[in-house]
Amino acid sequence: MTAVTRLFRTRTGQERLLGFATMSVLLFGALFILIPFFWMISTSLKKAGDVYIAPPQWIPVEPQWENYVTAVTRLNYGVHASNTAIIVFFVMIGTLFSSSFAAYGFSRLRAPGRDTIFMILLGTMMLPGAVTLVPTYLMFNSIGWVNTFLPMIVPAFFGNAFYVFLMRQFYITIPKELEESAMMDGATVYHIWWFIMVPLSGSILATISVFTFVATYNDFFTPLIYISDESKRTIAVALTYFQGSPRIGPQMHLLMSAVTMSIVPPIVLFIVAQRYFVRGIVMTGIKG
Amino acid sequence: MANASVTLPKANKKGWRDRREAVNAYVFMSPVIIGLLVFTLGPIIVSLFLSFTNYNLLNDPKWIGVDNYVKMYGERLFWQSLRVSAIYSIVSVPLGMTIALFLAILLNRKMRGIYTLRSIYYLPTVISGVGVAMLWRWIFNGQYGVINTLLRNIGIKGPNWLLDENYALIALIITSVWGVGGTMLIFLAGLQGIPVEINEAAEIDGAGKWAQFRYITLPMISHVTFFNLVLGIIGALQVFTDAYVITGGGPNNATLFISVYLYRHAFQFLNFGYAAALAWVLFLIVMVLTLFVFRSSPLWVFYESERQGK
Repeated sequence: MTAVTRLFRTRTGQERLLGFATMSVLLFGALFILIPFFWMISTSLKKAGDVYIAPPQWIPVEPQWENYVTAVTRLNYGVHASNTAIIVFFVMIGTLFSSSFAAYGFSRLRAPGRDTIFMILLGTMMLPGAVTLVPTYLMFNSIGWVNTFLPMIVPAFFGNAFYVFLMRQFYITIPKELEESAMMDGATVYHIWWFIMVPLSGSILATISVFTFVATYNDFFTPLIYISDESKRTIAVALTYFQGSPRIGPQMHLLMSAVTMSIVPPIVLFIVAQRYFVRGIVMTGIKG
Repeated sequence: MANASVTLPKANKKGWRDRREAVNAYVFMSPVIIGLLVFTLGPIIVSLFLSFTNYNLLNDPKWIGVDNYVKMYGERLFWQSLRVSAIYSIVSVPLGMTIALFLAILLNRKMRGIYTLRSIYYLPTVISGVGVAMLWRWIFNGQYGVINTLLRNIGIKGPNWLLDENYALIALIITSVWGVGGTMLIFLAGLQGIPVEINEAAEIDGAGKWAQFRYITLPMISHVTFFNLVLGIIGALQVFTDAYVITGGGPNNATLFISVYLYRHAFQFLNFGYAAALAWVLFLIVMVLTLFVFRSSPLWVFYESERQGK
């Protein structure tokens, strides 16, 4: 008892107690985050007959690794994965190019109306996507782009407000001396952008890349409304057809195998490129 | 005159250089300018026009005045969708922000394993999407789901979450709390921007932990809170994937978010005019709320530069 009261009394004791309490709360919260993942993997390795039993087996007695093979075949996972990869690849190219290119104009070159355009651009970040949805759909429909990847890919080549903003803030921090000396040697602004600014922006481009990857990979709504052929569906859309389809039925273990596979790429990217995620968020918070 | 003839060529040369710079600037900005016109401003105007028409892809848009808006006013499901989105936003935004701030404070200390913990909390935000929504469907399963299994272990009989209209929306709010990691990290960045000296000085002056939190931490991160609040409101009013995948708007329209209602009208019933009107109403709601938050900000948002100015 006295040991406990001493723990409360002394300053270091209080600190230690506080540290202990903090850690307990954080670990409990982490459990709340991680249990769904555990449950997902656990279900994905069960036999069909062991899925719908109560109380459930937390750890499958005989892990069924072949569930993953079955899920890949039944879902045509390879086709959907390659569709997703194509879209993500081109969206990343388009976003990186257009954001860094436009940001150079917004940060370094003077022109009448430049700052007004920039303010309008920032304003569109608060615009609900629903407002432009119907006309955009009708526009793509009228030029025959529905049921192709183009409605997902092409807009990426026309700048993303938030990334233009991030790039611009970054360019502003680059000293002008480099450009001035290049200008003396007769370089045009286009050379300067490509040979000086772009090579210097590796880390910010990496930040934009990881966010673009995650957003495009996880995007559900755009492919949902534009893609109708099964062979053109992305992973996100294909998953929603998996469980309801009469061909497959409610085979939760296979669905969970597919879901597990679907979240591997963003998780791997997150583990590998964690500092770029954090940097992007820190920049967001500070600028806000 | 002599003076003018000397300065004129110079001015011309400068003007020419300025003009060339401006042309280059527009070339660089051109993707954004075209994008704004074609994918944002143009569609906004067209959608306003469509909202006054009847259009289903088969016939040309037919002008019907404010009929779509009148119809909306009398539509029970429209009010239901407003109600669902409002309840969801009013509960999930403050709840999520409070939990995110609480976690950020706990995670803002030097401890072994703290980086791993931060990563774990952030993890859900990188995989938000259909896969996770599918997973939540299974977690909330009334009979075999993990939540009710855990509840049963402590002697509580859990509800049939997704099939019970009193619980379906609560389930979606719980799902949203799972993804507070992004908000948490933004708060954490704000907390780390507070100079340690301020808290140390306050402690020497005898301020307790709560007083430090109330009078130092909260004001010092108020610009971050503001940012999270604006983003939170805009995000909550546009939730689609979770509602579409986890509950499909049901049961009995208990989770019929505005976005789901709009999706049905646009892409299932092909009522493009009505959908455009709905989008405009949503747009106005978001605008009014955002403006309100911006207008109220001088009352509670504290900026560093302001303090230095005074």
